[in-house]
Amino acid sequence: MATPAAPASGVRNGAGPEWGGFEEHIQVGGGSAVIDMENMDDTSGSSFEDMGELHQRLREEEVDADAAAAEEEDGEFLGMKGFKGQLSRQVADQMWQAGKRQASRAFSLYANIDILRPYFDVEPAQVRSRLLESMIPIKMVNFPQKVAGELYGPLMLVFTLVAILLHGMKTSDTIIREGTLMGTAIGTCFGYWLGVSSFIYFLAYLCNAQITMLQMLALLGYGLFGHCIVLFITYNIHLHALFYLFWLLVGGLSTLRMVAVLVSRTVGPTQRLLLCGTLATLHMLFLLYLHFAYHKVVEGILDTLEGPNVPPMQRVPRDIPAVLPAAGLPVTVLNATAKAIAVTLQSH
Amino acid sequence: MAEAEESSGELETATPRPLFAGLSDISISQDIPIEGEITIPMQGRARELDRSTLNESVRHTIMRDLKAVGKKFMHVLYPRRSNVLLRDWDLWGPLILCVTLALMLQKGSVDGEKDGGPQFAEVFVIVWFGAVTITLNSKLLGGNISFFQSLCVLGYCILPLTVAMLICRLVLLAGQGPINFMIRLFVVVVMFIWSVVASTAFLADSHPPNRKALAVYPVFLFYFVISWMILTFTP
Repeated sequence: MATPAAPASGVRNGAGPEWGGFEEHIQVGGGSAVIDMENMDDTSGSSFEDMGELHQRLREEEVDADAAAAEEEDGEFLGMKGFKGQLSRQVADQMWQAGKRQASRAFSLYANIDILRPYFDVEPAQVRSRLLESMIPIKMVNFPQKVAGELYGPLMLVFTLVAILLHGMKTSDTIIREGTLMGTAIGTCFGYWLGVSSFIYFLAYLCNAQITMLQMLALLGYGLFGHCIVLFITYNIHLHALFYLFWLLVGGLSTLRMVAVLVSRTVGPTQRLLLCGTLATLHMLFLLYLHFAYHKVVEGILDTLEGPNVPPMQRVPRDIPAVLPAAGLPVTVLNATAKAIAVTLQSH
Repeated sequence: MAEAEESSGELETATPRPLFAGLSDISISQDIPIEGEITIPMQGRARELDRSTLNESVRHTIMRDLKAVGKKFMHVLYPRRSNVLLRDWDLWGPLILCVTLALMLQKGSVDGEKDGGPQFAEVFVIVWFGAVTITLNSKLLGGNISFFQSLCVLGYCILPLTVAMLICRLVLLAGQGPINFMIRLFVVVVMFIWSVVASTAFLADSHPPNRKALAVYPVFLFYFVISWMILTFTP
């Protein structure tokens, strides 16, 4: 320690003029204190003892300035203002840094998990009872029904639906070009869940229904339980009558449950009709689509396999005037619009 | 101390002095080279030399890693409550298993016209996407397991299903038929149960006790989809 001490003193002495300069600057007047600080930022490195000393001196300066004459007040005022400005800028900078750090942390994975964790806070018994309740419509319209904002059940139901869809696609030998079965299944299920939820949420906003996005996601997600049951059974037992029965019964029950909840949370008959009609239509048609999209394909492929020359799944546009007389239908059946269509088709 | 006083003139207040005086002594200028000796205790260095893998032959290194993977395979085949899979995880085993499974599930035909079977990429994506989803789910449910530990366990537990796939391919060499299908069904179901039991045995302690069913359900679904793909595979 003794060895570096001697050169250090030399350096200190060498740095003397700088310090002298500082003193002069400060002693000129309070008004130049701001400039001094800026100078100091440039000249001295990052040693913070300088900072402390300067702070001390500034404080002394303030005391002196208080005692000083009135003509110096202008300069002093400016100096104080500058100092405060510097301070507030520093504080603001620190705040900004802290905010930025927090924001970037929120985007990191674990923070995201912590944000989502409350929505997955369920017990197995709760999930079981909610699954059962999703099939039981409650006829209570006057008082808003409770919807648990939870995402575990809906997410698992969507994944189950994906698995069932994959199963259905495999058994029906569905061929998807430019894509995998897995991607299609995931896209369909998540697309329906997220897409319809946001659409209904938007409608609910328009219709002034009291429902949050989270509740909507949970409601629609648990509504998919009926779909899962119906599709799982009917993909394995290919019986159209059975499917329609299940479609009306199970699908209808889960749809009714959602409709009942929405009705209880909406005011006004028109709004109720609009909201619930849209939801019910979409939900029931989705089940129909999922069933027949991967059920009809079997028959379609069988048809095309019999006639190898016909390109698969190609739709041929029909000529209406040619078809209708061939079917023996009287021309009087055609109303004005159909006539117009026929004319345009003929002209093309 | 003396220099500080020289430079700061009439600064006499005592309070900040002890704070900054010590610092002024330590300040190092560019003229002085930093001197000193950085020593590491000899014992630690010797241990480091022993553990160093730089000097050993490549064969040695590979064999050691393979042995570690093989040991973990044995743990999966004979699942008991140990934390070997959890303690030093690696993703080599899952990668090997996943690639093997995907290659065996790949059909021979190159023309993808009537090929509705699983493609390599599909199997690969299902395995990794599924494992990541299960892991995220278990984390969301409050499990105290690290991300890669869970991936490692789930990946290693595909081993019974890969074995089932191998058996299925061998059985399918004999030709297809109802008896054949029954054998395959039996093998796949047994291996599926094995996979689920093994993975839950490893992951059981990391889930909160009251939510085990919730954490196990996605695992069940994951292995179910894979085993179903194996069962429906026909070359």
